[in-house]
Amino acid sequence: MHDITLYVNGIPREVSVPARRLLSDCLRHDLGLTGTHVGCEHGVCGACTVLLDGEPVRSCLTFAVTVAGREITTVEGLATDGRPSPVQRAFAECHGLQCGFCTPGFLCTTTAFLRENPAPTEEEVLEGISGNLCRCTGYQNIIKSVHRAAELLAEEPT
Amino acid sequence: MTTKLFGEPVRRREDARLVSGEGRFLDDLGQQALAAAFVRSPHAHARITSIDVDAALEVAGLVAIYTWEDLPAGVAEPLPLLIPHPALTHGRTAYPLARDIVRHVGEPIVMVVARDRYLAEDICSLIEIGYEYFKPVVGLEEAVSSTHLVHQDVPGNVGAHLVQEVPSAGGQSAAEAIAAAPHTLAFRLDIERSACMPLEGKGVYARWDADDESLRVYSSTQTSTSVRMAIAAKLGLPLPKVEVIAPDVGGGFGVKIVHPWPEEVLVPWAARLLNQEIKWTEDRREHFISSAHERAQIQHVQVGFDDAGRVLGLSVEILHDHGAYTPYGIIVPIITSTQLLGPYRIGAYRVEFSSIYTNTVQVTPYRGAGRPQGVFCMERTMDKIAQKLGLDRADVRAANFIQPDQFPYDQGLIFQDGRPLIYDSGDYPESLRKLKDLIGWDEFPALRESARAEGRRLGIGLGCYVEGTGVGPYEGGHIQITSDGRVHVSTGLTSQGQGHETVFAQIAATELGVPIERVSVVTGDTRRFGYAVGTFASRAAVMSGNAIALACRKVREKALRVAADALEADPRDLEITDGVVHVVGSPAASIPLATVAVLSNPLRYAFDEEAKRATQFATTGSMDRPPVAEGEEPGLEGKGYYSPIRSTFASGMHAAIVETDPETAEIRILRYAVVHDCGKMINPMLVEGQIHGGVAQGVGGALYEKMVYDEHGQLLNASFMDFLMPYATEIPHIETDHLETPSPLNPLGIKGAGEAGVIPVSAVIAAAIEDAEGFPIDRMPISPSDLYDLRLRSPR
Repeated sequence: MHDITLYVNGIPREVSVPARRLLSDCLRHDLGLTGTHVGCEHGVCGACTVLLDGEPVRSCLTFAVTVAGREITTVEGLATDGRPSPVQRAFAECHGLQCGFCTPGFLCTTTAFLRENPAPTEEEVLEGISGNLCRCTGYQNIIKSVHRAAELLAEEPT
Repeated sequence: MTTKLFGEPVRRREDARLVSGEGRFLDDLGQQALAAAFVRSPHAHARITSIDVDAALEVAGLVAIYTWEDLPAGVAEPLPLLIPHPALTHGRTAYPLARDIVRHVGEPIVMVVARDRYLAEDICSLIEIGYEYFKPVVGLEEAVSSTHLVHQDVPGNVGAHLVQEVPSAGGQSAAEAIAAAPHTLAFRLDIERSACMPLEGKGVYARWDADDESLRVYSSTQTSTSVRMAIAAKLGLPLPKVEVIAPDVGGGFGVKIVHPWPEEVLVPWAARLLNQEIKWTEDRREHFISSAHERAQIQHVQVGFDDAGRVLGLSVEILHDHGAYTPYGIIVPIITSTQLLGPYRIGAYRVEFSSIYTNTVQVTPYRGAGRPQGVFCMERTMDKIAQKLGLDRADVRAANFIQPDQFPYDQGLIFQDGRPLIYDSGDYPESLRKLKDLIGWDEFPALRESARAEGRRLGIGLGCYVEGTGVGPYEGGHIQITSDGRVHVSTGLTSQGQGHETVFAQIAATELGVPIERVSVVTGDTRRFGYAVGTFASRAAVMSGNAIALACRKVREKALRVAADALEADPRDLEITDGVVHVVGSPAASIPLATVAVLSNPLRYAFDEEAKRATQFATTGSMDRPPVAEGEEPGLEGKGYYSPIRSTFASGMHAAIVETDPETAEIRILRYAVVHDCGKMINPMLVEGQIHGGVAQGVGGALYEKMVYDEHGQLLNASFMDFLMPYATEIPHIETDHLETPSPLNPLGIKGAGEAGVIPVSAVIAAAIEDAEGFPIDRMPISPSDLYDLRLRSPR
């Protein structure tokens, strides 16, 4: 067992895990942050995407011990003082989710994507979310949500 | 009805929790539970000769290992055949854990319970199973001609055989009509396997309460009420001692309507036996090899038609691959053979199907449930007729349409619900007009020519379908208005992302005249509503929507009656606005529903302000009558059931423009247009969402997704890496238009919308590619390499 500290959503979390414990399982089952979902266990669907020092990573392909001491943001950490983030609000406003299982991955991916590219073109949005699978929405309203999130972010006071 | 919410694009109430990570899916529950894992057969057809667990027993953290030998009588039996049919003469279902023989890769053999899932899987890998191998049967034609059998007692591997025949108005059989027709065609069509592939797999979590001798089970299911009945029966428990809850479910698309899955019996059984909480969460490989697939069929078609392209006789022979077992009966090929006729009025029809066993994963409904195959058949037929006669493809369809004044229209067949296939309403010519406008059908030849001048190859295709939705037998709804003015709605069927909490709240708020914020909705929880059928066949909005409306009307009537007493008014003069009952035209004479709820219960301890307030309205009542009058009940609540005489028929038409690369044979969808008619829409935003999702799955099925089995019965692409589901980059922008022909069959005038989007997509894409390339496209899905090979074989 390895004692590690993860900085999850701004809070230091101490946890004792075996070397093989996946970050997704550690977040979900050791820390109780079940918002991060696991859809394929091999890094293809993107449902498990979290932000590692701000960059999107597949938590199902990451051993928890390898990210000791790093900053992790999960879907539970996107809101500020209980107010959903612009990305979260945009997905709800544009019907960008149905069953909601893939949604946390899309939200994390989109959050990082818009930070890097605050005013993306249609092509860039497609590219930005092309690593996440959704089986419900047909993506049209997800694409709309990403554009809407960009608008909402632009309106946010900086 | 003053609070008009029905028909509005109301935002979803589900989303607040789902975008914040506060949804509760199956694997989010039971964090302290033991984990179950399964050893599944690596062989497609074999006899189990030994199971050696010695090495596994050494692992710390092991709790239990079970094989078929360990199961008690009820649990050890084969799983139920849910929907028997006289034509299914050789129905077979699996044991929850294999008994002697395995018939597909992935069949469960051993169940392991351990402290956590990592350990459970370690233990599974240490269990050694000996096999005697048999030759597996893979592929439809091989299965039909094979001397090898999937089940030794099923000759020819034929599980079911059914013929339906509808003579022409003049009494001719299909064979006679085809023989006498001025023109005839005969051809073969092939459709490959795909699967539902919800992003969340299946899962079961069971808690046995030894003090109460009761069982609570959570399952990622499309039917919690039926899972409950199955568990109670299998475990020999009194029904009231078992509760089943479908929590947030991460997509279903059909696969989760099958029940009970082996795990839905085994996990609760072991939880009770061990008196420990147990959870099993399906992993992706398990979902590929141990749940269900659909679609695969071979169709042989003969058609006779006149100079205008009107179909005089149609004969279709279908080979349907149902995999190793038939737990869901032969619903899929029945739907293919009945819904094949689409919006058309044809002369004589004969359809014959054989449903065939193979050593592959079982086949049960996937969104569309046999309709995509039927529509593929009919629409390819229409295109071939147009081609033969040199007519416009839209005109040939129009020549065959049932006309708006011909409803109700009886197709003369028996539908999936065992009732006559009678279309209730529709306007197919208008749908076609809208579709041609939307896609620019008449302008396409010019577009094609200008593209050709640039060296680009374009094609256009269209496809029409009719979808029986809202199959019975029933659904129910319960409404309770409590003394705080809140409205509690429950229905037994489940939700997998459709937005039921929102649309049912819209219906209740509209019917009762209350703000939607005061309405809460619970689905799929047997503690709240015990009688239900389930969410499938585009039935939830039609069935539970109408049941909830009927329940609301009962409660509204009672509320007005109680309020009329208190206000000394005539109930007919009362109206409910914003949760307040008032006299029409005299708003001062009013009483909040919350107060009416208190008044409706003669026991009035003043627990809250409403109860205190109600005392001002309290009447002494007659000493000659009991406080609760005969036929009345305390409380402001009511139940309603909706049971339709038969299904209601939605319809739609899709068109696409595709571009094929002259060199690489890459296929790109440039435009995709949908005209959809599901009667009155409760929430157009959600209807559009359903269509988008359906079309995306259709595009997957048309261009990317297939289950690749080798001759040994190994599924070669059992992962998301190799089974190609579309990402955002593969799905075109979907343009939509709607038509609303209300259903005359139900109080709300609605028809189902859940499956519609997926149904005609393969037919439409095939037609568009065929149009671009100039040779027949008769096998779907089609990849660039398939198209490239076809080009080599088809001189242009």
